[in-house]
Amino acid sequence: MSTLVLLLITGVGLGALYFLVASGLSLIYGLMHVLNFAHGAFLSLGGLLGWEVGRRVGDGTWGGLLVSMLVGMLVGALFAIVTELVFIRRLYNRHIEQVLVTVGIGLAAVALFEGIWGSDPIITTKVPWLRQTTEVVGARVPNHIWLLIGVAVVVLLAIVLFLRFTRFGLVIRAGVENRTMVTALGIDVRTAFTIVFAIGGAAAGLGGVLASVYYGNVSAHQGTSLLIYAFIVTVIGGLGSLTGAAIASVLIAVLQQLANFYLGGTGDLIIVLALAAVLLVRPSGLLGRAA
Amino acid sequence: MSRLTGNRFVVPVLGVLLVVFAALLPRLDLSVPGVLPGATYTPGTLQILAYGFLIAALALSYHLIFGLAGMLSFGHALFFGAGAYGLAIVLRRLLPAELPAGVALLIAVLVTLVVAFVIASAVGALALRVTGISFAMVTLAFAQAMNVLVRRNTGGQTGGEEGVSVTSAMVPDVLIGVRNSANLYWIALAILVLVYLATVWIESSRVGHVAAAARENELRVRVLGLRPYTVRLFVFTAAGVLAAVAGMGMVLLQSGTTPRVTSADFTLTLLVIVVLGGVGYRWGAIVGGLVYTLLDKRLSDLASSDLIASLPAVLRIPLSEPIFILGSIFVLIVMFLPGGIAGIAHRVRSGGESSHAH
Repeated sequence: MSTLVLLLITGVGLGALYFLVASGLSLIYGLMHVLNFAHGAFLSLGGLLGWEVGRRVGDGTWGGLLVSMLVGMLVGALFAIVTELVFIRRLYNRHIEQVLVTVGIGLAAVALFEGIWGSDPIITTKVPWLRQTTEVVGARVPNHIWLLIGVAVVVLLAIVLFLRFTRFGLVIRAGVENRTMVTALGIDVRTAFTIVFAIGGAAAGLGGVLASVYYGNVSAHQGTSLLIYAFIVTVIGGLGSLTGAAIASVLIAVLQQLANFYLGGTGDLIIVLALAAVLLVRPSGLLGRAA
Repeated sequence: MSRLTGNRFVVPVLGVLLVVFAALLPRLDLSVPGVLPGATYTPGTLQILAYGFLIAALALSYHLIFGLAGMLSFGHALFFGAGAYGLAIVLRRLLPAELPAGVALLIAVLVTLVVAFVIASAVGALALRVTGISFAMVTLAFAQAMNVLVRRNTGGQTGGEEGVSVTSAMVPDVLIGVRNSANLYWIALAILVLVYLATVWIESSRVGHVAAAARENELRVRVLGLRPYTVRLFVFTAAGVLAAVAGMGMVLLQSGTTPRVTSADFTLTLLVIVVLGGVGYRWGAIVGGLVYTLLDKRLSDLASSDLIASLPAVLRIPLSEPIFILGSIFVLIVMFLPGGIAGIAHRVRSGGESSHAH
């Protein structure tokens, strides 16, 4: 019983990490129909620079962690904005080329990070409290899981509130629904593109810092490996659906944890099978609109 | 008209001459300083060229999916890996049977081809139920699953992170050792020619035409009463089998393989190659594969050279990462040179022709 509880809670924690990456991917795809392969690089850079600044402010303290998270968000957002303004915008409406450009940026950026920080993971120092565990119904849950879940919930709420109650949010929601119509009404959707990229980048950068807490290390490759799971989550949840991404993140991560424990480390395989099954039964994903 | 019939003969003749020239290289003493590491008869150079041929063959097979049928697949490494791993594993399993090495190799090649065919048609049948980005994701997921299985050493067959190796007991003696690198070179060249001919055949067949038509306008093809799904499945499967052939060549050439050839990064590299050479051009894929291989080797050499080591960190770090340079070139090509190397050549030629007309 306690094992099951532990697996479920850590699964939700991992899901929180997936969500931070998948939320941006899903929003960007929903509005611009670009599958952003550079998203992993946003995450890696956020994690690496967040760590660099955080450890100088206070290695292994709450202050340091908070600063890392802010730096991670800022760096991710800036990287994303530059990507959108310099590369994506010039290839307006050429979706395949846009995907190719993000592939190239992803490859080049990760190689550059490797050159700067080396290809081996760098061990990070955790805040003492995050190293401890809390007992829940007999299960000893590592405290960093609570941090991950808390931050992901805050991010989810923030994005939902932004989309619901601001003018830009309105434009973005309308753009996801029918971009041609929004443009025809004389609204400049391109600002919305940049904002969506910035939000996605910030979430990914924050995810990078939290990934370093979760795994206990930062590396140039962290983003790339998480990105593949985030893609799977995004497709299962339904491309363009934020709620879908949130639900799918948790489902997939819990499924992965359970399969890894009970079915002899087959978590990754189970996810792929789940993806295949979902696409065969509902090609548009759980909450996606019919393509 | 005369130009048309002229082209029809000139291109094959040029092609044959190129292949004959390539086949003679191991017996010639040609040096291209700065591009090849040594004279063309040296094993090091032959190894690199053979590697380039196999990558070119792989890029050609990817061209069928991406260039001809217009499907963005992120899982092509799956089939290359299936060929490489399949051949090595079957060869090892055949070892206790004590067959003559040539027979064992032949059986292993046939078994691997069948396995590759089954995998490619199964993955294709599933993945082609969706299109566009979802298709890319499903193929990526399958390739990723293979990558995980291979790295985990599932069933104790794939050797985990270390990969599998082909030992001298498994293959005929003429394929082993530095002395015989010319033989491996010829095999790689033969594979490239074979894959090229298969690609030409598929592209000029009815199936190829329907696949190209479905790429341009799927609705019209449907209205004509044709089924894009079947045609795409055929192209996808054929490309998968051809990729496996290239993979088999690679495992022989390198006497083994590592999980890297099944990774998503490897497929992305392939995408870079096809775009570098020029999407939609057969010879673009070949040139892209060769240029990429040579560039990759040269840039790695450059990275470890004294010249780079003496530069300040701002320049040294980017220049010592070949993938960074290749990735940047790739981004620039996508942004400013759609059509890649083949596109440039095409533009130069058509520019020349129009000036003739004036």
